[in-house]
Amino acid sequence: MSTPLERRQALQQDRRVRYERMVEIRALENKVQDLFDEGLVHGTTHLCLGQEAVAVGVAAAARTTDQVTCTYRGHGVALALGLTPVQLLGEILGREAGSIGGIGGSMHLCDPEIGLMPTFAIVGAGIPVAAGAALTAQVRGTDDAAIAVFGDGSTNIGAFHEALNLAAIWKLPVVFVCENNQYGEYSRIDLTTPVDDIACRAESYAIPSAIVDGQDPDAVAEAVSGALDQARGGSGPTLLELKTYRYAGHSRADTAPYRPEGEFERWYEKDPIVNFGRQLVDEGVLGDDGIEEVQAAVDARIDAAVELVLASAPAPVEAMFANVLAP
Amino acid sequence: MPRMRMNQAISAAIADEMRSDPDVIVLGEDIAVAEGPFKTSAGLLDEFGPLRVRDTPISEMGFLGAAVGAAATGLRPVVEIMFVEFLGVALDQLSTEGAKFHYLSGGLVKVPLTVRASVGAGLGFGTQHSQTLESWVVGTPGLKLAVASGPANAYGLMRAAIRDDNPVVVLEPRRLYAQREEVTVGEEGIIALGTARQAVSGDAATVVALGSTVGAATEAAAAASWSADVIDLQSLQPWDKEMVYESVARTGRLVTVEENPLSGGWGADIVAAVASDLFGELKAPPLRITAPDVPVPFGKELEERYMPSSTYVGEQVIELLDTGRVPPPWWQREEITP
Repeated sequence: MSTPLERRQALQQDRRVRYERMVEIRALENKVQDLFDEGLVHGTTHLCLGQEAVAVGVAAAARTTDQVTCTYRGHGVALALGLTPVQLLGEILGREAGSIGGIGGSMHLCDPEIGLMPTFAIVGAGIPVAAGAALTAQVRGTDDAAIAVFGDGSTNIGAFHEALNLAAIWKLPVVFVCENNQYGEYSRIDLTTPVDDIACRAESYAIPSAIVDGQDPDAVAEAVSGALDQARGGSGPTLLELKTYRYAGHSRADTAPYRPEGEFERWYEKDPIVNFGRQLVDEGVLGDDGIEEVQAAVDARIDAAVELVLASAPAPVEAMFANVLAP
Repeated sequence: MPRMRMNQAISAAIADEMRSDPDVIVLGEDIAVAEGPFKTSAGLLDEFGPLRVRDTPISEMGFLGAAVGAAATGLRPVVEIMFVEFLGVALDQLSTEGAKFHYLSGGLVKVPLTVRASVGAGLGFGTQHSQTLESWVVGTPGLKLAVASGPANAYGLMRAAIRDDNPVVVLEPRRLYAQREEVTVGEEGIIALGTARQAVSGDAATVVALGSTVGAATEAAAAASWSADVIDLQSLQPWDKEMVYESVARTGRLVTVEENPLSGGWGADIVAAVASDLFGELKAPPLRITAPDVPVPFGKELEERYMPSSTYVGEQVIELLDTGRVPPPWWQREEITP
């Protein structure tokens, strides 16, 4: 079994692995929904089905010493950064095998070794925290950077605006990555947000921005890499708006009945996994049976992970009392 | 031992930590060029430069959040919240993010963050700039809370807070900034978080005070016919149970003196703990001396009534000693409220 760091390095070096990781994210999210429907998941889940290219593109562009903050819809980003399916499923199912021993659940993942800061269950909260991680790099004079991954819904909360302002005046090495999946919880973006493109909000803070096809992992990786180069070079932050789509509802058993008819189908034509897979076959990166082979390997990996996690003990009572304070 | 005002002691404590650790940085509104509205960061910009000493926009959620992120990745930020009320707009970052990272990382991410805030009534800043608000911080596992009562412990608690690997809130009663006393500086001056200080010794009661009320309690004890232990709690989370329990076991009477409103005040926790654990040792019911359940009023005379004075503390304690019962607070005694 590969370590999180090895999984991350493989993804950075190999586009085939990026494809495989997207397939893994989707398979794992579908498995989480199944486990939820079977009553095995206590609490809640927020799936990132449809947004796999965002996660993988960001992870491909970031160094392992860069710090990433992401949201409660963070299974994809965590897996892309390198978290293993066992660590993720273990956390979701509250088992010792989880990334923090099962005391966090679906919304609380963390692995400092791969730059995954504790994930955020409060909308927008990770955005200023990423600016702070960038402040550390600036004060210490390293050329590391930080990436805040957040949804379109969080661009209406003060933390987003305050973080952009602060990063702009201090020229912090941070990239703000908005994954615009068209919905904030149960509400379509146009009901909550007066601008068509989130990217335009960068103008208020005099920082550059770009709109990126969030369904194309190469485009995401290229845009994030470019913004990271700018950040490391002292030019300050960039706001990237990655247009993407959330296939699932907001959480739990939400089937998104509020979605307009035909919307899902239109977005599915741009499905990141179907299209990137086709592209890699065309390029010869994947063989003729490559797509089936990847799917089979991923399915086997997820099944094995589920088996291992279900055999892992629930978090023991001592875990509840551990780590409240640093010694 | 140098004699310092409390704001000078705070500046000195931060400077001493900045000299010994290059990861210590200071953020806040008007703290760099202007050296803080209460001059609690005097000389820091000159000595440590703009990379480590930064004026921020008026944007507490942004800069406290950035401080949490910086702390989680290796720096030791000291953040000034000019008036504790301004913490309200940033409380998520303190209570729900910073306080939880260690827990939610399985102990791998530490947040050595110090949040300083000026608190309290007495200077005519009005309702929205005069509260103490310890209650916003206590009851959140993952945070520590210390409250200064003068220059010496402001210095010692600040240095301990900056060295601590957890988010620590240090509250500074604003009306004490100009108070002077001799301050033990250097390593010997550091005061461990969670330790109280016995300010006065006596045997008839244990008077527990915090921050601004330490002065009133001490003055009351000096002027009174009774003799009591006056304990300056210094830290509220965690609080020094050992010292308080040892004293109450000896005196048999507990009095808390609080600047906050009666309801939800910090003394309720102390009283509850003592009543539960030392019930058999008590010779009288515990007495809480607090402000009334009203916002802090502006007018000078009203504001002075709001805060427990040494005279009022003296009267309440003597009545407790004489009658064995808890006397009504002044607003009931004067029949202003039922």
